[in-house]
Amino acid sequence: MYQRLRTFLFVGPGLAWLTFFMVVPCLLVFLYSFFERGVYGGIVYDFTFENFDRAFDPLYLAILLKSAKIAGLATLIALLIAYPAAYAIARAPAQRQPVYLFLVMLPFWSNYLIRTYAWIVMLNREGLINRALLDFGLVGEALPLLYNEASVVTGLVYNYVPFVILAIYSSISRLNPEIAEASEDLGAPSYKTFLRVILPLTLPGIAAGAVFVFVLSIGNFITPDLLGGGRVQMVGNLIYDQFLEARDWPFGSALSLILIGVMMCLLFAQAVAVNRSAEGTR
Amino acid sequence: MSTDGATMLTETGADAATVIRLENITKRFGAITAVNDISLNLKENEFFALLGPSGCGKTTLLRMIAGFESLNEGRILLDGKDIAPLRPNRRPINLMFQSFALFPHMSVRANVSYGLEMEGVRGSELKSRVDRILETTQLTEYASRKPDQLSGGQRQRVALARALVKEPRVLLLDEPLAALDKKLREHMQLELKRLQHEVGITFVVVTHDQEEALVMADRIALMRDGEVKQCASPAELYEHPNSRFVADFIGVMNFLDGEVSVEGVVVQGLGVLTGRSNGDTRTGDRACLAVRPERLTVAPSSAERLIHDNVLDGTLTDIAYHGQDIGLHIAVGDAGQVLISRLSAAAEGAADFKVGDTVQVGWQTQNALILPDDSKT
Amino acid sequence: MSARIPRRRDPAKLFLGGHLWLVYTFLYVPILVLMALSFNDLGLPTAWGGVSLKWYGELAQNDAVLRAALNTVIVAVVSTILATLLGTLLAFGVERRQRRNNTMEALLFAPMIIPDIVLAIALLSFFTALNFTLGLHSIIMSHVVFNIAFVCAVVRTRLRNFDFSIVEASIDLGAGEVTTFRRVTLPAIFPGVLAGGLLAFTLSVDEFIIAYFTAGAGQGSTTLPMQIYSMIRFGVTPEINAMATIVMLVSFTLVFISQRIDRKAISQ
Repeated sequence: MYQRLRTFLFVGPGLAWLTFFMVVPCLLVFLYSFFERGVYGGIVYDFTFENFDRAFDPLYLAILLKSAKIAGLATLIALLIAYPAAYAIARAPAQRQPVYLFLVMLPFWSNYLIRTYAWIVMLNREGLINRALLDFGLVGEALPLLYNEASVVTGLVYNYVPFVILAIYSSISRLNPEIAEASEDLGAPSYKTFLRVILPLTLPGIAAGAVFVFVLSIGNFITPDLLGGGRVQMVGNLIYDQFLEARDWPFGSALSLILIGVMMCLLFAQAVAVNRSAEGTR
Repeated sequence: MSTDGATMLTETGADAATVIRLENITKRFGAITAVNDISLNLKENEFFALLGPSGCGKTTLLRMIAGFESLNEGRILLDGKDIAPLRPNRRPINLMFQSFALFPHMSVRANVSYGLEMEGVRGSELKSRVDRILETTQLTEYASRKPDQLSGGQRQRVALARALVKEPRVLLLDEPLAALDKKLREHMQLELKRLQHEVGITFVVVTHDQEEALVMADRIALMRDGEVKQCASPAELYEHPNSRFVADFIGVMNFLDGEVSVEGVVVQGLGVLTGRSNGDTRTGDRACLAVRPERLTVAPSSAERLIHDNVLDGTLTDIAYHGQDIGLHIAVGDAGQVLISRLSAAAEGAADFKVGDTVQVGWQTQNALILPDDSKT
Repeated sequence: MSARIPRRRDPAKLFLGGHLWLVYTFLYVPILVLMALSFNDLGLPTAWGGVSLKWYGELAQNDAVLRAALNTVIVAVVSTILATLLGTLLAFGVERRQRRNNTMEALLFAPMIIPDIVLAIALLSFFTALNFTLGLHSIIMSHVVFNIAFVCAVVRTRLRNFDFSIVEASIDLGAGEVTTFRRVTLPAIFPGVLAGGLLAFTLSVDEFIIAYFTAGAGQGSTTLPMQIYSMIRFGVTPEINAMATIVMLVSFTLVFISQRIDRKAISQ
């Protein structure tokens, strides 16, 4: 009894806060998604599935799919960049590894808007990259590098790649180095050791990094807004519009629920992957 | 170098062919010399142990033979050919890692097959060779399990099977029993010996446990500070250690420090004591007299005077009960040096000794050794 | 006898090293370019007009920016204090329980992964439904939500290496629960609490979308990220380079400090 009371005193205030300012608001969004929109915004409390129907109409479905495509592309590129980088850090002398990791993570801690803005400066028509291309005579006129899907993907990769490196690094550094040596000792050339031993054993890190980038990318609002310049619309922007411009809260709520649903599926899949490989590494 | 050279010559007999010949191997890590000018011959079908305290360079030496460390100087000859330039995956030598290093995501069968697949062995030959080794190591019923579903002893057998299935010229084992508990360790010592006989492959085992080395090995190289101090059979090491370090490391030994004289060793307060000299000491050298506890005879002072070549008077300070035998701690001379004697608990009069008794301790000259004092180097 | 050191040219190693340097280039060039531009007298990315502090001067004159900076500090400080308190207590309560409670784990994990935009619209709906007046206080309440989760996570990792038997030892020696917490537990985990607090502060300073949705209509509760957003979105002026440089230097300093604390905590 006394134990319970003490636990409650510790846990109670924080839980109350999370319940009141997270659970209840999210339930509200859940409810709204089944209601109708009023003529002048607002909510009409009539139960309907129409919001979900609408989300899957070709116009919006296309946006959902494009969001998934951009997020998927960003994830893939981030993994391709991050894996060798993480591997290089994990193979560096032990006392230098924290420094290398720190240098990877440092930009991650600066403001997201500013990091994104830096790419506007880089990719602009008058930006650094175009300037360099023109000066070296590689192109005749400035390229339209900004405000397209590629610039959005670049921004997402730039912002999230440090975390992917960290996730993969931690799973590589957890590997017992004798396991790779054992593979070599048994006659495997380096590439076979990598493909058959190291890669399968670092899958949890890859999965964690991939889910992280995908989840944060698919629901992203800032990057498509700033680097897509309104020309690249993703789910995040759509939700934003429903709440602040079209004032169709029920539809915005339905979109939010779909977004969360997709995310949950991915997190679940990742948990399963980690569990399965945890069976192997313990 | 001189003693190593001598033992090397005497042991390179015609009776057994040399598999691996280490010639003047040196390995430095920065300013530290981990392995210093070691030469050894490993023979066909022998169980060889590299023994020594931690940091003596034994694991580095093993990893150089396996190919995971490069050498600064010297050559490693396998069947007469220098293998130093070969990467580990090109050497017909396998290593059993201390952590076993099993592939956690593969079943026992996949672990064992891995090395053969790398050689290009496929199909029925692969299956039959894997089946055979699983049987030899009594793992057949665990073939489909993952490593984390096995006990420590089973994991060790998988590691062995995985290395042995490749039929290497030499199997290297890095502290193979360190991960096991005491009971299992004793069992596995004999099991490893049996397996070595059965497969007929040269085993080189690294261990810090002298008892393990004595039980398993045909020959032992005792190492310290990157050098081989003595390389000999277990009995030779025990009975004829060539230095104080070796005598101290193997088994229990009593030491009395003194100075070499014509008759023996002059020990402060105890006079001249006699023992065998192996010729490494000269008159006037610092040296010690070494006697094994079981070579000491103890009798009460009240009894008849002992007739041994050396007899000292002392006081019993401690009696340690070990079950089948007892240890008598006897303080002798003015400085109170303690000698330990062991006698069977069943021996006549063994039960009569009490702490505080005055006793006499004796030993024959042939049962004591005069050893150069190398404890400070 | 020949001394020989077999050397292996390892192309894989060369590739990995080269790749790592490319990654660092990718990560740092945009930031460094931005910082360099903030000192460009012309304020243009394409032409260099000499080093000057002109844009820093203009920034110092910009009342809206200064107001936003002050608001951000208020929001970050208050929400950090609240979240550190609640998050630390939560971490304790959760780690001392023997059994894992899955609902609790999910609740503590959710704020870290829920997309900002979703939490933002949920809070906006919630505050609107209650007819709640929006302002700095509503931003603070909202920031506490995700900050609790992060503080709790950081403190929990520290608590996992914490030997709870020292709590029992203290009680065994006659100290009460409160004294034990104050004199034994808190000092032992303080570096973790501090690291959690710093993380919360950084997150709060950087947070944009939730603040944007829960700030209300007035200009009075604009935070720095909101100010930066509108400067980027509606006309890029060179002042923003100067501001970006300052903001980045402040965050990097905070990261350095928290690293030092961490290292100290590890060496203890």
